[in-house]
Amino acid sequence: MNRRDFLRRSSAAGLLPIVMNGYGVRAYANSPLLEAVAAAGCEDRVLVLVQLQGGNDGLNTVIPLDQYGAYQSVRGNIAIAEAQALKLTEAVGLHPQMAAVQTMFKNGQIRLVQSVGYPVPNYSHFRSTDIWLSGSDSEEVISTGWLGRFLEHEYPGFPDGYPNATMPDPLAIQIGSVISMGLEGHAANMGMAFTDPTSYYNINNGNTAPGVGARAGQELTFIRKVGQQIERFATPVKNAASRATNKSGKYPAAKTNPLADQLKIVAQLIAGGLKTRVYVVSLSGFDTHSYQVSGGAGSPVPHGTLLNQVSVAIDAFQDDLRLLGVQDRVMGMTFSEFGRRIRSNGSGGTDHGAAAPIFLFGTNVVSGVLGANPTIDTAVGPEDNLPMQFDFRSVYATLLKDWFCVPPDTVRELLYRDFPLLALIKGGSPTSVSDAVLDATTSLSVVPNPIHDIGRVQFICAPGPIRLSLFDATGREVAVMAEGSGNGSGDVLLRASTLPAGIYHVRLQDARSVRMTQVAVVR
Amino acid sequence: MITPYSGPWDRARAAHLVRRTMFGCTIRDVDTALAGTLEQAIDKLLADLPAPEDPVAYTKSGGVAAGQPWVASSYDSGTDGQRLSFVQSWWIDLMLQQQFSIREKMTLFWSNHFSTSHLQVKDARYTHKLCTTLRELSLGNVKDLAMAVTLDPSMLRYLNGNTNTKAAPNENFGRELQELFTIGKGPEIAPGDYTTYTEDDVKAAAHVLTGWSDVQASITTKFTSGAHDTSDKVFSSHYGNKVIRGGIGESGARRELDELISMILEQPATAKHLVRKLYRYVVDYVVTEDVERTIIAPLATMLRDQQWEIKPVLKALLMSDHFFATERIGCMIKHPADLVIGTIRLFQPEDLFPPEQNLMHWAYRTVRRTMATMQLDLFNAPNVAGWPAYYQEPQYHELWINADTLQKRVKFTNDLAKDGYLLDEAYEPSMLDPFYAARLTSDPSNVRALIQEWATLFFPIPLTAAQIDALVEVALGGVPETVWTYEWNKYEASPADETVKTPVETKLRTLLKTMLAMAEYQIC
Repeated sequence: MNRRDFLRRSSAAGLLPIVMNGYGVRAYANSPLLEAVAAAGCEDRVLVLVQLQGGNDGLNTVIPLDQYGAYQSVRGNIAIAEAQALKLTEAVGLHPQMAAVQTMFKNGQIRLVQSVGYPVPNYSHFRSTDIWLSGSDSEEVISTGWLGRFLEHEYPGFPDGYPNATMPDPLAIQIGSVISMGLEGHAANMGMAFTDPTSYYNINNGNTAPGVGARAGQELTFIRKVGQQIERFATPVKNAASRATNKSGKYPAAKTNPLADQLKIVAQLIAGGLKTRVYVVSLSGFDTHSYQVSGGAGSPVPHGTLLNQVSVAIDAFQDDLRLLGVQDRVMGMTFSEFGRRIRSNGSGGTDHGAAAPIFLFGTNVVSGVLGANPTIDTAVGPEDNLPMQFDFRSVYATLLKDWFCVPPDTVRELLYRDFPLLALIKGGSPTSVSDAVLDATTSLSVVPNPIHDIGRVQFICAPGPIRLSLFDATGREVAVMAEGSGNGSGDVLLRASTLPAGIYHVRLQDARSVRMTQVAVVR
Repeated sequence: MITPYSGPWDRARAAHLVRRTMFGCTIRDVDTALAGTLEQAIDKLLADLPAPEDPVAYTKSGGVAAGQPWVASSYDSGTDGQRLSFVQSWWIDLMLQQQFSIREKMTLFWSNHFSTSHLQVKDARYTHKLCTTLRELSLGNVKDLAMAVTLDPSMLRYLNGNTNTKAAPNENFGRELQELFTIGKGPEIAPGDYTTYTEDDVKAAAHVLTGWSDVQASITTKFTSGAHDTSDKVFSSHYGNKVIRGGIGESGARRELDELISMILEQPATAKHLVRKLYRYVVDYVVTEDVERTIIAPLATMLRDQQWEIKPVLKALLMSDHFFATERIGCMIKHPADLVIGTIRLFQPEDLFPPEQNLMHWAYRTVRRTMATMQLDLFNAPNVAGWPAYYQEPQYHELWINADTLQKRVKFTNDLAKDGYLLDEAYEPSMLDPFYAARLTSDPSNVRALIQEWATLFFPIPLTAAQIDALVEVALGGVPETVWTYEWNKYEASPADETVKTPVETKLRTLLKTMLAMAEYQIC
């Protein structure tokens, strides 16, 4: 039984108890799951992943204005001037090159999630990318991708028997020449790569290298022609591309913004009627070890230019989706394999770091900023990192459940365990709690602070599952102080006598959100 | 005569020579070729090798214990199918283990030229015997080959020589001997006249060949005097109105056979037909008038002048300027053995196959079946003409590639590179070792160099700069190339650390999968 059948069968049985238990159906009317059950309507939802390759510098993307002095002090050579930061809130500023995203934010089309990462940072591009794409723990190697597993679950047996009436189109499309590891299933990769839907990808373009004989050229042409015949999905993609024309005037000129060029194709394909569920686009150049502001050796394109490309591309894409009448079906998300160090280096750049903000965009996001600004201590060393506030798999779990309407049990199967859901998607779960409500109902503190050997962590939070843990200054989770089901408050001993002196972060996660506080251990 | 090649003798040329004379092209083969001059390399490729050992029973079969030879034991209908698969595995093994020699490729050539099908031969011992004969004579003398094949037990069964008697002549072999095996059929210029021979010549040849049949007990051939037509056989003007006097007894019949083969071989069209077929197998399927005049004709003359010895002709062809011209590089489409055996040979086959002999057989059987799904099955020719890729105008080699076989070809390389090649149910899917492949290059820490060197190893022709860039993109997905260097060096420093090894391995596999799926990999 595939999931579609499951939904059909459970819809009749599923609605009844909901009503009988006394819940007004209206209260659930916005629940994506219920919508799926009622109308099987989630199949037309699309996720667009925007991969920022190289490790995007989160602290220069989203500037903690409430700690501007500390920020300025640790990043003197690359700091964004306070007056130039584009305000999202009083405390949160955007890089000045991201005006378009600021406008989208004001229009309620942006969900900014602070400090997304994983508990044990890995500073390798390759490895950290694999962690993000596979959804694995840092120490665990998984060869399938999180979206590959999702698509494999939705379309069992792929690619055997596809395309078919249920899914006549590629399950996922990567714009570029290589299919993302994130789309890797157990048996096959679920994705298909296109540079340009009207032609095969670069590698299979005609070979016109000097020294290639005419006879070899003839045979290559013949083989490619047969190859195009067997590319079962090429025709639907080409057809879709020919059915729709981009409408937004906001796209920059072709070949001036690689991300915009890619998203333009995605908009065209969605509007052209492809049933493809996932698109992956990417922009590289974020490995800004040096000359991050000015551009130069190491970072040929300045960080600001890259962020401008991201901002302009996303805005034009969103505008296009609106004009093409498909905006409500599409959710976008940016991510990068890691953020960068808190303290900038001597070359006017930043080295590989840990947690960083991500942006979700679309008409269905819960707009606003999720999570608090990271704490910046002027005493941080060159190796120190931002600890994660939200596990990236919480974002995945939420997208799977609230956007793709995957049942919770299946989400657990796809991600190997439960991750707390976040308020990211309208009508999704958990019920969004405003910062004001959160501030009024939760607290987290350490006394004394700084501590010498023993301190106490005192907290008030939502009753239910909690995880109270300690991160060191490099962003690594070094101890779990409490985990399990809580009654809404706690008072836990923090034994610091064996910890090296330094800055630590206490992180409290409850069913609704995350709180963090900084503590210093001194000797 | 044929102009010998006088240009540089370098890796690209050596690889071209190897690709056309062996299955695939390994670095070791190229090194061997470059250890001496072009002529020395060709002499080495053409050198005689000792006969391989007879096939063994990979598993207990009938009364034969595992590991024991069985070709001298008696026929057993119950295990014949199994024995056929032993012969097939044996040949797969010989191809995989081939030394620096053209022998296995020429054995395949002759086995296609003198094609038979086990469906009609029905005795694996016969099939083994024919294969052994073809291998032994593969670089020998065309006349010896034609004589041996004519009296071979498999051929007597396959083309009904064993039922060809004076009382009831069977023209089957007499026809194919001329139409396919030797002189070749030309246009029908008059009713029953095929330019090179006539229907009456078919009948006359059939009469010469009466009386021979196979002896299953000993896998030999016997002559039955009473079944032989002792009358004189008269041939057409195409054979100079030759009369073969009827012979008495086995010696008389042998003399007739000798005269028949000699008569056919004396015709210029025969040498041209054979040289043309060989040219289409190792050089190019397009035979222009110019090629006919400057290559085929002189080589055909040479074949006759050299009393039908194959080596001098092959040597002249492989050493020619024509063979090494840019126009000849990469103009062939790999046949399934080139693709399958060649790909496996490229990547340390010993690591792919189980070491146990009985398991190895099942694995070889899978390899053989993989080739069969791509339309090349050993000892199972589609018909007496062999594979259409070597006779069917105008597509020739392109007939190896269609929507079905191309998918299978790409699936095979995909499986080997990344998805897992299931050699046997009892075995984990096999995959090539991407680190071995990476270390075939001079500096695996330089991803661009790695791709460029892989390209010269995998492809007969260079790639464009845009293709190389796209492959770098495949490997790195946009991060700088220095990141690769860093990651590779980290892997080298701690090769056992899975969290370091796996991302590098995944990228290597993706790269291999992508490159081996390129159209450039289907040509040689």
